[in-house]
Amino acid sequence: MPQRPVQDGLFTDDHLIGSHCGACSRHHFPAAAICPYCGASEVTRVALSDTGTLWGWTAVTAPPPGYQGDVPFGFGVVELPEGIRVITRVEEADPRQLSFGMPVRFATAPLHTDEEGTTVVTYTFVPAGAA
Amino acid sequence: MTRAVEIAGTGIHPFGRFEDKTVTELGVTAVRDALHDAGNPPFQAAFCGTAYAGVAAGHKVLGALGLTGVPIVDVEAGCASGGAALMLAAAAIRAGQYECALVFGIEKMPRGIIRSSFFEPWREEAGLAATPAYFALRAQRLMRESAVTKDQLAQVVVKNRAHGVDNPNAMFRGEVTAEQVLGSRVVCEPLHLWMLCSPNEGAAAVVLRAARASGAGARVTLEAAALRSHLPGSVLSEGTPLSGLADDDEIDPPTTLAARDAYDAAGIGPDDLDLVECQDTDAARELLSYEELGLCPKGDAGKWVAEGVTRIGGRLPVNTSGGLLSKGEPLGASALGQVVDLVTQLRGEAGARQVDGARVALAHTVGRGANASVVILQR
Repeated sequence: MPQRPVQDGLFTDDHLIGSHCGACSRHHFPAAAICPYCGASEVTRVALSDTGTLWGWTAVTAPPPGYQGDVPFGFGVVELPEGIRVITRVEEADPRQLSFGMPVRFATAPLHTDEEGTTVVTYTFVPAGAA
Repeated sequence: MTRAVEIAGTGIHPFGRFEDKTVTELGVTAVRDALHDAGNPPFQAAFCGTAYAGVAAGHKVLGALGLTGVPIVDVEAGCASGGAALMLAAAAIRAGQYECALVFGIEKMPRGIIRSSFFEPWREEAGLAATPAYFALRAQRLMRESAVTKDQLAQVVVKNRAHGVDNPNAMFRGEVTAEQVLGSRVVCEPLHLWMLCSPNEGAAAVVLRAARASGAGARVTLEAAALRSHLPGSVLSEGTPLSGLADDDEIDPPTTLAARDAYDAAGIGPDDLDLVECQDTDAARELLSYEELGLCPKGDAGKWVAEGVTRIGGRLPVNTSGGLLSKGEPLGASALGQVVDLVTQLRGEAGARQVDGARVALAHTVGRGANASVVILQR
């Protein structure tokens, strides 16, 4: 079945695509052409770590505007070793199953199938203990 | 030498749902009442806060009243739109550009979770434009870092809904219990439905003018109208970025930045306040505001609401209007609705909700952008 990412340039099959500023040494997600912290242009694209820890989480119980996938779905913040926190979908819709600092790993997940029969895929993080 | 600014008049259209009225009609009611309250003075400029009313929304209101010809500036700053409009008008009067200016805010919000052109389409498609989820993540962080409990979140709702009972301009005017709040459905853990305010409709207006050297009666002066945006780096900032820095403890939120500006301009500190209206989009947001505004030390907000410090009759009543949890939130009108209510308090005309001896009051809004406004009023 054909697939496409929900947006180009956000992620590959294996990791998030971020950027790194040569001037202030900070990382960004999504990748930026200009550093959003210091305004420098010495920014390079980098693969962000595919593992991190869970820093915040909840579950979305009603479809938000523009979303055509299933509810409930997990929603949270993952902290990556690069020293950044990323807003992400979380592959666990029961908040009681999640805990602060829990190891998580990058994955992709289907959102919905569009009119042409293409599965739209987004980035997500999965509790590392899960199969 | 800058000039002092006073609130010469206020007007409001109640907040709620009004299927048979246009947003222009809501604005006309508030503007007419404010001008009448001020003695129908000539004004040299008008500033209109709105996020959803469309092109030239302010012109339509003043056009309906035959009051066009003056400069009319529409201002969008999310939840702080009215505060931004107030800041611009006050600065112009202080600088001597105008003697008198009209400031109003109008809104008819779409129903349900607020859809915003702020988010890129892919972010909506991915489910990452879920506004209540961001509120929930902030609530969770507050619970973790400031030891706030879910029962304390419910107590915020109980307090504000009790305050709202006697506010004729509020949408919800019935008391609720903590059990009822915690029994309402979970929207995004830890937030239950009744812990979230309802987007709705309404309008509010104030007439500002250069303060006269002397005046009889309970004159209310605008001591500060500060507006700030966010600094980059905090993932849960109201700027709603997709990432932030793991080390964000030293990054002041926009509310703190605006509060600092406002306290400096007014020459006062949080200890001088007699009452506060703050952003309670959700119950946790109110407690976060206590900390960000410097009302209480970090970690004390939950205790404050549990001990009744912020109830009418407590040491520092907060959201004596009932807050957004009772009034609902019409974005453009929200900040000015707070100002209208605080002027009522400072004039001693708040009836059953009156805070005895109220002299200094603060109004706070924060939302998308990020934008945060802090207004300080004094009698």
